[in-house]
Amino acid sequence: MRIPLPLLCAWRGPAACVAVALSMVVLTPVSAEAQVDGEAVYNEWCAGCHGEDGTGNGVAAHTMLPRPRDFTLALYQVRTTTTGALPTDADMLKVIDEGMPGTAMPGWEDVLTQEERLALVDHLKTFSRFFQGDAPEQLEFSSATRGTDEAIASGQEVYQTVECWRCHGQQGRGDGESAPTLNDDTGFPIYAADLTENWTFNGGGSVEEIYRVLRTGLDGTPMPTFADIVDAGVITDEQLWGLAHYVRSLSPEETPEVREVVSARRITGATVPETVSDEAWQDVEPIYVPLVGQIVVKPRWFNPRVGGVWVQALHDGQELALLVSWTDPSLSPDPEWADFAQQIIESMGPGDEGAATAPGEPDQLVVQLPTTLSDGMERPYFLQGDARRPTNTWTWQSDVSDAVESIARGMGTAVPQPDGEQHVTAEARHSDGEWKVLFRRSLDTGGAEDLVLPVGQTVPVAFQAWDGDNGESGNQGAVSTWYFLFLEQPTPISVYVAPPIALVLTLLFGLLVIRQAQSATSGAGAEAARRLPRFRLTKSVERAFGTGVGVAWLGMAYGAYRNASLGWDAGHSDLGFWWTVIAGLLAIAGFSALIGTWIHTRPSEGRR
Amino acid sequence: MIDRLWNKRGVAVTTALVAAIGCGGGEGGGSDASGGGESTAATSPVDPATVGHASGMVTFTGMAPTMAEIDMSTEATCAAKHSMAPTEETVVVGDGGGLANVFVYVKEGIESLDFPTPSGAVVIDQDGCTYRPHVIGVQAGQEFTLRNSDGLLHNINASPTENRGFNVSQPVIMETNRSFPTAEVMVPVRCDVHGWMSLYIGVVDHPYFAVTGPDGSVSVQGLPPGDYVVEAWHEVYGTITQSITIATGQTAELSFEFNSDMAAAHVPLGEPTDLMHPEGHRTADPQ
Repeated sequence: MRIPLPLLCAWRGPAACVAVALSMVVLTPVSAEAQVDGEAVYNEWCAGCHGEDGTGNGVAAHTMLPRPRDFTLALYQVRTTTTGALPTDADMLKVIDEGMPGTAMPGWEDVLTQEERLALVDHLKTFSRFFQGDAPEQLEFSSATRGTDEAIASGQEVYQTVECWRCHGQQGRGDGESAPTLNDDTGFPIYAADLTENWTFNGGGSVEEIYRVLRTGLDGTPMPTFADIVDAGVITDEQLWGLAHYVRSLSPEETPEVREVVSARRITGATVPETVSDEAWQDVEPIYVPLVGQIVVKPRWFNPRVGGVWVQALHDGQELALLVSWTDPSLSPDPEWADFAQQIIESMGPGDEGAATAPGEPDQLVVQLPTTLSDGMERPYFLQGDARRPTNTWTWQSDVSDAVESIARGMGTAVPQPDGEQHVTAEARHSDGEWKVLFRRSLDTGGAEDLVLPVGQTVPVAFQAWDGDNGESGNQGAVSTWYFLFLEQPTPISVYVAPPIALVLTLLFGLLVIRQAQSATSGAGAEAARRLPRFRLTKSVERAFGTGVGVAWLGMAYGAYRNASLGWDAGHSDLGFWWTVIAGLLAIAGFSALIGTWIHTRPSEGRR
Repeated sequence: MIDRLWNKRGVAVTTALVAAIGCGGGEGGGSDASGGGESTAATSPVDPATVGHASGMVTFTGMAPTMAEIDMSTEATCAAKHSMAPTEETVVVGDGGGLANVFVYVKEGIESLDFPTPSGAVVIDQDGCTYRPHVIGVQAGQEFTLRNSDGLLHNINASPTENRGFNVSQPVIMETNRSFPTAEVMVPVRCDVHGWMSLYIGVVDHPYFAVTGPDGSVSVQGLPPGDYVVEAWHEVYGTITQSITIATGQTAELSFEFNSDMAAAHVPLGEPTDLMHPEGHRTADPQ
């Protein structure tokens, strides 16, 4: 254990402090000069997956798809060099630093020192004789073009011309006709990238990084280089940049942040949407809920296909509508994907990490709620509860037309509710590699074990997803932790009534103030002012009146500001915006009144 | 430790494998039954007056497996190019029992000679979503042209062991030229868009190789006199070797008999053919 120096100084006194400080000064340069042993670092941190011999056969490798890199092949996906060339040292360091999103490979930038990571690069190079030759030549890339609408549109054309859709699908969700047949160079099944989730791209999701992959390909995978067709004049470099912009545009502008609360807006004057394609969903912000493999309860699953679901919710005071969308290339079980599923099952091997099933399983989605709300933050165990705290699960399956409501006391223990107690309906649609499933349930079903969904309060909710054509079923799927569902209150009537009242009052007071001001002056304004009612008031009363009006307006401005922040916080940016405008106007009016009153009732000014 | 890391694969150094410009003159070089490039006669190290030949048959006995039909229904352009329903080409046995798509090459006995790199390009066509030919031989360093005659997306994904691979896309009718600097039998090549498309390229650093057609006949011409080991490679049935002696002006007989019992054979891919640098010779330390 190392004690921080200041603490030590306080604890053991100046002598110890000086001694330690001196030893640090003396010792530090020596340890910095010591060579970092790349092999030792590798054996400690990397060999568990990649194996001490670098062949990618570490003890943990069999649970991973894609398998850990076999360094003896010297095949590297992320490069700034041409296809088939070795990576540069910087390329290798980038992957060590950042990891490979969407795989088991984490980033090491915060774990290992720069020296250790550089020593690792050197050690990785000893696994293949190819690195004994000349250093690879780094490609010169052109500068990024601007991501204009025209660039994106031209990229969309190129997407068709160079037939990206054959693997990646028309909407980019990895559902192209060739996708079920893809293998990597070591013979393992591999997914065509889901281009709508750029945060999972190997080598990075920025436009520049996408362009680089288009130029270099991802060696060892089916992803080829498109440099040759630029060289051959089939497309221009600018068009290739357009393609990069287009691919980038398929993903959200920002990587979705994990937010804890899914808000269900209250709709008025209508009931909740009954179909997944209802236009009402276009105005509801989707919340991203990441999922991970279920690796707690045996049999475990280390190869989940669904990396996250998008959740939207609405309610109408009577019923909740929950729309869950996620990428899944196939409507399982799909015969086209049967071989792929079989390969996945074989790749994951026997044992509790291995898939327990044969191909032919459906896709599934589970929405999970507690059966009762506790006062505190206590929630059931996130994997479908336990004996003490059960969960209420809504299960949808691609081979069943409706949802099944069950009570579960642990993963895989769901017992369907009796027929009379089934209160959840589901409608599903699969298109272009995406599932959309709409669940609906009354807020209060009257069912004994159904939670009454309270308005204005948060309810724990969790999600679980299975892709049958990825060999998933039973306990082997993807799970989320607990999130919160918040059913928004109906908008109070004051929200609609208060602004007009405030405006009318403001106008009235304003007129009065102007009247007073103008009655006290001569000139052009006085003429107009004569049409208004006159009040004869003493200066002190005027001052009190003007100050009162000013303070009242500032008070109303503050109230409007409060409304604005409530609006923003509740996600109603329109309400927030208009209340901000009103608050601003009221504040200006209030300050004007105060200043005007002060000017016109100054004792020094001789009023005539 | 380093040795242990390296012993995993029997591979040889890359250096000195590209055929250097030979010395000597006169006619020489061998024929390439696959229709490959011609050697530059002027620089061959072989005296044509002394050469002999080898020819014979590659046959198959036993029940040949029925080749599965390839479903090209999703690829109308390609399907239309086939008058008969296209089938896989892994085991093609002719009427006379000849086994097609066998790569036959001189494996041992020719190491001491350096042959010039042929200048003519070998063409591998992607036509009807099929590689034509399915098996081909080239000399190390010899350029080969990958042609897309289909006008739809193919990617050409080569996964050699001794050479660096490549993976290029060809979305339109176009050509791409590549070469492998190092001898290697065989380099597997696939199209990921069309999972049924497969190609094997045999890379050797001399001109004495051939690929059988459906009649199973094979001929290697213009070998200098001496003792050789000839190997026949098939993608399902593995390899058979045969020792032959070449005498000036004579033709030695080649005879390779594959049979259905060999279906479980190990099929070598990416094996080094450079026996001057046997396994373990490689220096592992990059310093």
